[in-house]
Amino acid sequence: MEATLPLLILVLPLLMFLFLGLFGKYLSHKWSGIIGTLGMGVTMVIAYYTAYTYFFSGDFVDAAGNRLQYVVFDQQWLSLWGDLSINLGFLLDPISALMLVVVTTISFMVHLYSNGYMRDHHGVYETGFQRFYAFLSLFSFSMLGLVVATNIFQMYIFWELVGASSYLLIGFYYTKPSAVSASKKAFIVTRFADLGFLIGILVLSYCTETFNFMSMTSSSVGEGLYHVDVTSAEGVKTMIESRAGQMFLGGSIMTWALVLIFMGGMGKSAMMPLHIWLPDAMEGPTPVSALIHAATMVVAGVYLVARLFPLFMVNELAGGAALDIVTVVGALTAAYAAIVACTQVDIKRVLAFSTISQIAFMMVSLGVSRGDVGENLGYMASMFHLFTHAMFKALLFLGAGALIHAVSSNDYTAMHGLRKHMPITHITFLIGCLAIAGIIPFSGFFSKDEILASCFGNSMVAYVWMSLVAGLTAFYMFRLYYLIFWWKEHKVHEGHHAPKDQPWTMTLPLIILGVVAIFCGLVPFSEMVTWNGHPHHAHINWTVASVSLAVSIVAIGIATLMYRKENSLPAKMRSLFPRLWQGAHHRFYFDELYMFITHKIIFNSICKPIAWFDRHIIDGTMDAFAAITNKASYAIRGLQSGNAQSYVWVYLLGALVLGGGTVAIIFLFF
Amino acid sequence: MESLLSIMIYVVVALSIMIFSVLAVTTRKILRSATFLLFALFGTAAVYFMLGYQFLGGVQIAVYAGGIVVLFVFSILLTSHPGDNSSKLESKKKALGLIGAIAMFVVCAWSLISRCSLIKTLPDLGEAELPTMSQIGNDLLSSGSNGYLLPFEAISVLLLACIIGGIVVARKK
Amino acid sequence: MLDLLNNFQLNSLMFLIPSLFMFCCGVYGFLTRRNMIAMLISLELMLNSVDMNFVVFNRFLCPGEMEGMFFTLFAIAIAAAETAVAIAIIINAYRIAKDIDVKDLTKMKF
Repeated sequence: MEATLPLLILVLPLLMFLFLGLFGKYLSHKWSGIIGTLGMGVTMVIAYYTAYTYFFSGDFVDAAGNRLQYVVFDQQWLSLWGDLSINLGFLLDPISALMLVVVTTISFMVHLYSNGYMRDHHGVYETGFQRFYAFLSLFSFSMLGLVVATNIFQMYIFWELVGASSYLLIGFYYTKPSAVSASKKAFIVTRFADLGFLIGILVLSYCTETFNFMSMTSSSVGEGLYHVDVTSAEGVKTMIESRAGQMFLGGSIMTWALVLIFMGGMGKSAMMPLHIWLPDAMEGPTPVSALIHAATMVVAGVYLVARLFPLFMVNELAGGAALDIVTVVGALTAAYAAIVACTQVDIKRVLAFSTISQIAFMMVSLGVSRGDVGENLGYMASMFHLFTHAMFKALLFLGAGALIHAVSSNDYTAMHGLRKHMPITHITFLIGCLAIAGIIPFSGFFSKDEILASCFGNSMVAYVWMSLVAGLTAFYMFRLYYLIFWWKEHKVHEGHHAPKDQPWTMTLPLIILGVVAIFCGLVPFSEMVTWNGHPHHAHINWTVASVSLAVSIVAIGIATLMYRKENSLPAKMRSLFPRLWQGAHHRFYFDELYMFITHKIIFNSICKPIAWFDRHIIDGTMDAFAAITNKASYAIRGLQSGNAQSYVWVYLLGALVLGGGTVAIIFLFF
Repeated sequence: MESLLSIMIYVVVALSIMIFSVLAVTTRKILRSATFLLFALFGTAAVYFMLGYQFLGGVQIAVYAGGIVVLFVFSILLTSHPGDNSSKLESKKKALGLIGAIAMFVVCAWSLISRCSLIKTLPDLGEAELPTMSQIGNDLLSSGSNGYLLPFEAISVLLLACIIGGIVVARKK
Repeated sequence: MLDLLNNFQLNSLMFLIPSLFMFCCGVYGFLTRRNMIAMLISLELMLNSVDMNFVVFNRFLCPGEMEGMFFTLFAIAIAAAETAVAIAIIINAYRIAKDIDVKDLTKMKF
């Protein structure tokens, strides 16, 4: 494959960012939107072509039918010393090709959708419209650079770039204090997690003596082609031979490295306890939430674990606990987020917690993915769910955006009974809900079934736990659905229009994503994406599938019973578990806990003394210098008489003393 | 052994330098002061001629006598009325100034005389060894090891800056 | 007497002492004069004596070289520039204060 075409995938969004960022203000709002959308569209087509070539051309498959990793190019970017250098490159393998498709598709839909969303009801564009498109392009560039990274350092660079562009987009309404604090919160929390990531990178590259993914986990089988193979990979060998045995605080060095890297993933993917930024990030414009905080950026953590999955495998075989930690964190987060989602009022918050929960599903799926069980079904299931989730969650978010745009409020209390007014939004939203609930034949059914099947194959506890969470998922999604579209509609006040479907720029992405959300479960994923490229024929495990289907349908039934019409059941349920409900409504006080830790403990006991030291000792020293200088100069200012001749006198005396003294010394002693 | 004529010339030149310097700083008429300065400068030019630096003597006369002193005269005429005497000096100030100057003289003369290596008789040089016009011209504009092109250019820039600065400072607002 | 004349030879001190004398006259004038132009004249005297020293040292200590002469040449050029600027300033001061007595121009103090 020529290197130019894949390169364009990165270059086009970057150029769009520069163009719209620098010259956007000279363009009209309309044209900057059109240009941004077209640029993303072209990128999407190229990405599709690239992914198609990768999967179906047959050039990237070895004789045994394994899919190979292909390095399109890999340029040295920063030479440190010795052999140590950092490259920037483009790696095509099953998961990066998959992510190229996901990112560009969602990004294009969001670009298109924003043309309609970023206006008010009269069609007037919002201020900063060009800036918005510039930031969207920057984000797309960063995310694409992340997924095609050939080495962990490149990944880290783009990782930070997506964090930065996420910060910019959450804080898009920078005059709104809540948006500003949300953007700061997101940035600081993920930065904190990235500290772990960075340390993890250093430890891991110290162990494996490389930054490069291919040298870590693969063996070369030809020009630019690599086969994932942990038994013969250089990095794994180096690590096992030299340093893996070293222990530190009860874990091997390798386990620590992987856990620290996973910490970075926890930050980006909003795993408990670093999830607190994601619900607040909903302060950003809704298309941003769909793109960044539902479909692409937040799955970067999953992608990271998947990218390093062979190392996790090696760790698991060596008796390390890294994968177990991934499982436990994922399982706890999934349940936590699902419970909280049942009690939220803001529809975007519900979707945010749903996102957290679904990403936790993917994490669990990776965590239970073991070499001896079903040919690592979990890895495939995780990537499959990533794919389908991106589609239906983006659909749900864009649908929510349409609702918010129509009623100008985020709360379901302001909606109710919208199904007649907004039929397209209603149908597509329902498709999204059915998909996430896992109803056959919608896409979520297939991916969730694979996840549950891999849990089933691994441990019964995980299986039961995740099945219950899946039931909760169906419950809270349909609760949301009924509260928005059913119930008695609000009266339309005099002089106001009834909410109606939005312009085509907003409904078209909904329809497209709706269709995709129905059918994308039929993609033969297990033959395309597996951890080592070896395809296998998956089949639906009907025992698991029928159980999960039953659970979902029961959950939907309960939701229907409680929320189909306004009745007293929800209130009764609430009074049955008042503590639980209160806790869930307040997100189990995580924010308060963080506030307590930061304000009461860190600020009071660490920052205040430091601030005192800074103000009184350091500043005090400097102030003292200034004061002394000031006093001294005030005292001797009389010397500055302004009379030129007196200066000359002083000069002459000084010259005489110096010259005379020197001459005298020479005369007397030499 | 020098000819009597050259001794006489030396005596005349040295005396005129000293006498006119004293007069230049003591006369109370400012225009006269400038005139005595002119003569002191002529005396310096004569010294240059005596030592064989004809070009330098020429420059001294042209620039100092012809340029700077004229500038002085102009500015004196602009800033004071002809015939004015400058106010009489207080004797205390005069005495102080005298003490300072004499102290300066003593220190410097002492150091000069005490460094015997500085006292040399005039070395005889053939005509060829004294700088000729063409040599000066070549050195002034060459960039080689003996060249002075860089200071020459720097001076030209400085002069330009002076012209502009002089105009800017002195012109009417 | 004739002997003395016969043995008479010019040496460097014979030029350096008049030059030093000239310099000290300049110092005296600079310290006592109150008229700024007169001060400037004293300054020229000092500068001139230094120029002369350069030439004398060049001629007596390193004959055949030309550094001292060139230095004097450049010093003359700079002196001309300096005088021009100084006179411009004096004239401006005169225009403001109607006076060029250095005692009265003491604005530039604390």
